[in-house]
Amino acid sequence: MNPSPWKVFGALVRRDVHVVSRELPFFLLRTTLQPIMFTIVFGYLLPKMGFVQRGYTGALLPGVLGVSLAFASVQAVALPMVADFGWTKEIEDRLLAPVPTWVIALEKVLAGTVQGMIAALFVLPVARLIMGPIAGLDFAHFGLVIGMTLLGAFAFSAFGLLLGTGIKGEQIGLMFGLIVAPMIFFGCAYYPWKALAAAPVVQVLVLVNPLVYVSEGMRAVLTPALPHMSLPVVAGALVLISTIFMALGLRTFDKRAVS
Amino acid sequence: MPPAIQTRALRKVYPAPPVRKRGPQGPHIGPVNAPSQNASSAGREILALDGLDLEVPPGQFFGLLGPNGAGKTTTIGVLTTRVRPTSGSAAVAGIDVSADPVSVKQRIGVVPQRPNPDRQLTAIQNLIFHAAYFGISHATSQPRAQALLDQLGLGDRGESKVDQLSGGQQQRLMIARALIHEPEILFLDEPTVGLDPQARLALWEVLRSLHDQGRTIIMTTHYMEEADRLCDRLAIVDRGKLLALDTPAGLKARAPGGTLIEVTFDGDAAPLLPAIQALPALTRPAVKGNELSVYAERAGEAIPGILRAAEQAGRAPADIRLTPPSLETLFVSLTGRKLD
Repeated sequence: MNPSPWKVFGALVRRDVHVVSRELPFFLLRTTLQPIMFTIVFGYLLPKMGFVQRGYTGALLPGVLGVSLAFASVQAVALPMVADFGWTKEIEDRLLAPVPTWVIALEKVLAGTVQGMIAALFVLPVARLIMGPIAGLDFAHFGLVIGMTLLGAFAFSAFGLLLGTGIKGEQIGLMFGLIVAPMIFFGCAYYPWKALAAAPVVQVLVLVNPLVYVSEGMRAVLTPALPHMSLPVVAGALVLISTIFMALGLRTFDKRAVS
Repeated sequence: MPPAIQTRALRKVYPAPPVRKRGPQGPHIGPVNAPSQNASSAGREILALDGLDLEVPPGQFFGLLGPNGAGKTTTIGVLTTRVRPTSGSAAVAGIDVSADPVSVKQRIGVVPQRPNPDRQLTAIQNLIFHAAYFGISHATSQPRAQALLDQLGLGDRGESKVDQLSGGQQQRLMIARALIHEPEILFLDEPTVGLDPQARLALWEVLRSLHDQGRTIIMTTHYMEEADRLCDRLAIVDRGKLLALDTPAGLKARAPGGTLIEVTFDGDAAPLLPAIQALPALTRPAVKGNELSVYAERAGEAIPGILRAAEQAGRAPADIRLTPPSLETLFVSLTGRKLD
């Protein structure tokens, strides 16, 4: 008798909870330090020095959350996967579990989603504390905030699955330099998409960047009074992006799992 | 009861490694045919299994013997659902590995070539979590894990981090992990590579006792002695093909032409060849550089003749080696090369 896939899925989750909870402080440090430092410079120092307007923090906070979320989700899935398939082969004990291989990939993506959400929810109060009172910040729709965080984290975990199985171990530095870094800079995290109307070509080009929709979505739910993309557009785009990344990621995962 | 494993015309072709070089016809533009149908790229593809037929009844200790690159690991990979065959079929406990890999995984335990424990977990957690991946509750797996650790001489290492275990201990932990869900069939891929002689002997004892309990064991090795001592039946494979299949004793009896005599001379051995060929007691002489190899039914009586021939040709022997009829000599006669 084969065990039910959900029972096996539960065991995979328990393993990740056991391992990740021990590593959580290091994980948070690794993934949120960069957005927090950005918050200190652009959300505290520059406004204090008068280089940027005080109102800037309202556009910055949701973006910083988006970056934390995206960066943490991608890393949580991609880094262990590159190592697992590349040299440690540790994932092989799970590939021997009596379930289809996609169950294992899906569990990794969901674990990455939860880690991404934890990173965002950790950065939110820290950033708010650093920036001080933020005009337009509105927690009235906290359910939507959670929903948007979930959508964004899932999209980037799925992206992590694709990256982690699609690239070789020696290319991991290249991955962060060529894919993740440009994504962060052109992800409308540090400026709202509407403001890019000042550079129309860039405004169109950045639409291929999934981070744009996470940043704008966070703006829609956290600072609804400030300019942002409409929520249905953001949600639709993130669902589409997640579906594409998931479909491609499951394929590359399967190729690595069964040669 | 279906055979423990059965393969029919099993073939595995790995695509050519992606080397971007200009071929003789210049750069290839346009769609590329499927690799297996593309005759022009066939030379660069890696043919790992070339029509392998195997059948192993339940309860047997079965060995796959062959040099590195013979296709042993690919065979194990197909049977353990980790490698997709290009063509042909493979079944484990009567279940087709391509059609129902999940049911196959339920019935097998796998010990990999290189220990790959979950390094984030302790030794016993490795076993308990692995059991959980098979739907086994903690209440069942905890005592079973401890019993396996005891049986494999790791009883006091349960709480150790995996990195604190020696190579041999890690390999035994892998065996415990492969057994935690009580599989019908145990696969071991070169389980003693990299172990010191003492750890190797200890592992042999473990494998023997597992076999005595009635478990089917499929093991690959390139150590003749290991195959000879442990296995009920052996398949000799090379270049993805089955060359011979029999009991170790049966295979040894098929080793042709008696004892292999190998002599290294202080110079080119070729001038000796005519004189050696004239000696009636010697068969299949071959010369490679300073090396002469030849078979004789009674090696002791044959050597003076070889030395006389050497003296006439002005050569002195630097080294003489005798290999009695064995899996080694059979292997050399089947493949034209040595195992290691």
